[in-house]
Amino acid sequence: MRSQLKIALCASVAVLSAGGVAQAQDMVGACLITKTDTNPFFAKMKEGATEAAAENNIELSTYAGKIDGDVETQVAAIETCIASGASGILITPSDSRALAPAIEQARNNDLLVIALDTPFEPADTADATFATDNFRAGELIGQWAAATMGDEAENAKIAFLDLNPSQVSVDYLRNQGFMQGFGIEVNDETRIGDEDDPRIVGHDVTDGNEDGGRQAMENLLQQDPGINLVYTINEPAAAGAYEALNAVGLTDQATIVSIDGGCPGVQNVQDGVIGATSMQFPLDMASQGIEAIRAYADDGSLPENTEGLDFFDTGVTLVTDSPVQGIDSITSEEALEQCWG
Amino acid sequence: MTETDETRAKRQDFENSLDESDRSVASFERSHGGFMDRAQHFLHGNPTMVPVIVLVLSLIVFGFIANNFFSAFNLSLIMQQVSIIGMLAAAQSLVIITAGIDLSVAAIMVLSSVVAGKLAVSMGVPSVIALPVSFLLGAACGWLNGVLVTLVKLPPFITTLGTWNVFYALILWLSGAQSIRGADIDASAPFLKFFGISIPIGGAQITLGSLLMILIFIVLWVMLNKTAWGRHVYAVGDDKEAAELAGIKTDKVLRSVYILAGLICAIAGWASIGRVGSISPQSFYEGNLQSITAVVIGGISLFGGRGSILGALFGALIVGVFQSGLRLAGVDVLWQVFATGWLIILAVAIDQWIRKVSA
Repeated sequence: MRSQLKIALCASVAVLSAGGVAQAQDMVGACLITKTDTNPFFAKMKEGATEAAAENNIELSTYAGKIDGDVETQVAAIETCIASGASGILITPSDSRALAPAIEQARNNDLLVIALDTPFEPADTADATFATDNFRAGELIGQWAAATMGDEAENAKIAFLDLNPSQVSVDYLRNQGFMQGFGIEVNDETRIGDEDDPRIVGHDVTDGNEDGGRQAMENLLQQDPGINLVYTINEPAAAGAYEALNAVGLTDQATIVSIDGGCPGVQNVQDGVIGATSMQFPLDMASQGIEAIRAYADDGSLPENTEGLDFFDTGVTLVTDSPVQGIDSITSEEALEQCWG
Repeated sequence: MTETDETRAKRQDFENSLDESDRSVASFERSHGGFMDRAQHFLHGNPTMVPVIVLVLSLIVFGFIANNFFSAFNLSLIMQQVSIIGMLAAAQSLVIITAGIDLSVAAIMVLSSVVAGKLAVSMGVPSVIALPVSFLLGAACGWLNGVLVTLVKLPPFITTLGTWNVFYALILWLSGAQSIRGADIDASAPFLKFFGISIPIGGAQITLGSLLMILIFIVLWVMLNKTAWGRHVYAVGDDKEAAELAGIKTDKVLRSVYILAGLICAIAGWASIGRVGSISPQSFYEGNLQSITAVVIGGISLFGGRGSILGALFGALIVGVFQSGLRLAGVDVLWQVFATGWLIILAVAIDQWIRKVSA
């Protein structure tokens, strides 16, 4: 008697829950593959993707490489994702060229592939790119630096603190964007270091962290102690550069500009360590990416690019407490509410 | 002329040919006796001379080809730049002398610095308590490596490959993958940056971190060369079974080595806060490989039991001199990586060549 009742109850629960699922959208799978999980930027991305996945009835799996440039782990993640039968992949490629075969395999299996933050080369390797306009991000701090220096921009001595020797797209886009914004004539736009403007003191690499930033800045100061403007690939590198300047008492001589919009970086703008930084919005990249996968799973529709660009621009904003005329910016106070990490 | 003719006449026939024969007493055969041969013997007796010669030669060469290279400031800067990797190399040398390898050195260092920073900066614990806690943590990490190697009998490479990942995950978890900013350290726990203080001597800027590195090497040299423990460490690395038969408690020696290595890494963690200026979970990711590079270039045999710990100091300095020199000579970064690679290969090739003396 009792066991019969149990069976009846179980059966009714099963029927009810089955009906519930049938009414909502089908559950589909999606993967988020980031360069690393060390950078809070990717943590924010994961946050955005997780929130959007819950809203859109998507089962999200996340993967990350060990370090920036770790291609093997990302290839394995793509393969796992294809095998799991997911509908789409959001990926920040560790190498914008090397991952192409794995991406092609995913697209042949009818997965929607969206590059987040870092575009592939060529960009149409993926179905779409949701990214910060890194060139624009560089251009903004370049313009700000030129406007802040005024006539002195003619006599600038500029140190470039780049990412690593591989010349990945985010690296050269930011670097060349800065040059364009500052008014340095760029040659090959995909090549760092082929310019011959005498205001360039030199380039060195930082691996995007504090230790590398300090070492690179020390090296460039050895080449020219008169450096008065420092471009940095990101804010940890900027913090390292500041330490190097501080150690030799040259913090007043040089202005540091950077890109990212991480919370420690924005605080460093507030403290006067960084003059200006370009803020990007990883949360939006991932949440909009998840929405695009939902739309693709529902009716096969593909995301469209922002007009005039070969990717979907998720926006960039200049953060500085010394605004200049003609360049829109927000203060560090306002930025602290939107920063990531 | 005439005299020899007379004496010859008095001799018997067979004695006349004696003058032309070999009169030396029984001795080992010297195969070539040339310059290379003597060099090989000399270096076998003084293995630390290889990195010293390379260091001196590279200083001279870069002094000629690179601008500003030979300034007191630049030389002191090289010391600063190698100080953290140098300390890791000191810890690494200890383990390598026992014929092991420690891939977790940099992770232990960063973990210790993150813990010290979390306690002192985020939670307001006084630095004089936070730092010893971080040292204990570093020693405990080393102890874990030692236990896995001696009790569970795992090869050191596998053990520390595993703990490297474990410690790295803990770093990310504890730090939230977020740097602690220099300004926050200055405000609440400036003592953490103690080793960043620099003393100007002439044009040079000697940081306390650079001096700490040298001090660590001197202390370890004394321990390895003037104490029974040090002899035991070499004996274990040379031939563990023979050491065991000679009555050395090899497992205990090995554990003490890993614990000491962990402690040195934690101290390096403190020094790294002064050097980097902030506490960064993302810095020194390849510190383990860089420390092994310094040890190998310093002529310490990866097969264990041979090499002076001071070699690792010279090895670290050689890498620093090459990077600075090539940089100042305007050479692209990728060629610095290229040069470091060849230095490693050259160093091991020389080590193999020297070892052939005894074979």
